[in-house]
Amino acid sequence: MTLAQRINGSLRRVPTWPGYVLGVIPAAWLWYLGLTGGLGPEPVKALEHELGKIALQLLVASLCVSPILWVARVNLIRFRRMIGLLAFFYVVMHFAVYLFLDLRLNWAQIGEDLTKRPYIILGAISLLALIPVALTSNDRSVRRLGSALWGRIHWLVYPASIGAAAHYLWLVKAWPLEPILYLAIMVGLVAWRPLRKAARTRQRQVA
Amino acid sequence: AAKLDYRPFAGERPGELNSFEDITSYNNFYEFGLGKDDPKRLAGGLTTSPWSVTIDGLVAKPGTYALEDLVPATLEERIYRLRCVEAWSMVVPWIGFELRTLLNRVEPLGSAKYVAFETLVRPEEMPGQKGLFQSLDWPYVEGLRLDEAMHPLTILANGLYGEELPNQNGAPLRLVVPWKYGFKSIKSIVRITLTEDEPPATWNLQAPNEYGFYSNVNPEVSHPRWSQATERVVGGGLFAARRDTEMFNGYADEVAGLYAGMDLSKFY
Repeated sequence: MTLAQRINGSLRRVPTWPGYVLGVIPAAWLWYLGLTGGLGPEPVKALEHELGKIALQLLVASLCVSPILWVARVNLIRFRRMIGLLAFFYVVMHFAVYLFLDLRLNWAQIGEDLTKRPYIILGAISLLALIPVALTSNDRSVRRLGSALWGRIHWLVYPASIGAAAHYLWLVKAWPLEPILYLAIMVGLVAWRPLRKAARTRQRQVA
Repeated sequence: AAKLDYRPFAGERPGELNSFEDITSYNNFYEFGLGKDDPKRLAGGLTTSPWSVTIDGLVAKPGTYALEDLVPATLEERIYRLRCVEAWSMVVPWIGFELRTLLNRVEPLGSAKYVAFETLVRPEEMPGQKGLFQSLDWPYVEGLRLDEAMHPLTILANGLYGEELPNQNGAPLRLVVPWKYGFKSIKSIVRITLTEDEPPATWNLQAPNEYGFYSNVNPEVSHPRWSQATERVVGGGLFAARRDTEMFNGYADEVAGLYAGMDLSKFY
């Protein structure tokens, strides 16, 4: 038995529900810090940015599941739904902090943001694209929709992930390294899919 | 830090003072890193004594002056609101002196129309200036029109809350122009040059469509990527309301005349 097979064997016995519990801990911790002065003199921006960054990290993690299977033969697909739903949870909280705490439901300014500011529009579109994905992240939807339609809905994760990373880079001043890295990683992970498919088609034609 | 002797502020406070902690732990000073907490963490090692400032260009008395010779014996407190271009603000009790007293001492020539400023470049003490990936071109440079520089609201600050300026706030000498976005108020100044032509300004060079040479606080002219109509008040906690941004950051009565006849949406 190879190492990958042995890892896969052990992973099958790991339940997914503790992942949801662990995944919510950073959010709870951030809220606690924000309420007790631990996020510095401007906790709203800090909370907004940290939640957004965790959402990006979880999106990266969810996009890594297939490449890990391809490269290392380690199968983490059972955990992907949990990672994706957590990412969506952080996206929604990030948006809620923007609406309720940052702009304090100032609808005039929110309306202006959503019509005039490209990076906000891009963030909002990415959030909207993730809603059908989150809503169909359950066994019943997979059965009811059939795998082709379900797959097409979940394809939305790719543009949403690139959109979310571009939203971050577009927001910042100058060219800091971190958002550039997020965007590069996201584009790389998404581009991997069609590139791999093309390579395999070519292989099959040669064979 | 050493205590300073100064004349307390007699004017009207623009709002409730931010705490010393707020003012010294939430800073944009890219020479030390891009995070708001980087300057406080990383500026401690900056050597600010000895310090000298070169004053050159169109002046009758150019030269390199030691900081002790530049700072006058009588300092005064100025409580100003600092409005960052990122749409947050805080109220700061600066200690300093009017820039015009310094400029008058070096005697600007009749041809001088602008004042250019330059920040220290010292990568070994300023980690944001080190490494492969640099956020901005150094040195950080800024500029004012001569009449803006001579305005009595424009000060050079060497202190804060009655003490010498902490490094993260631009020690030992920084500009404070309260009616302009914070990035115009250049920190850790090593050179002041009087020029005939408009001098380069770092953020203006970086993104000219986003940061104009004037960069006067103006709630009606949006930054291309965010509104400038309101601002977050630093130090208010998680549930603080936003504040309506004021024209010229609340100093319109004093400075609007400097821009009479100018289209402020064009000269932003």
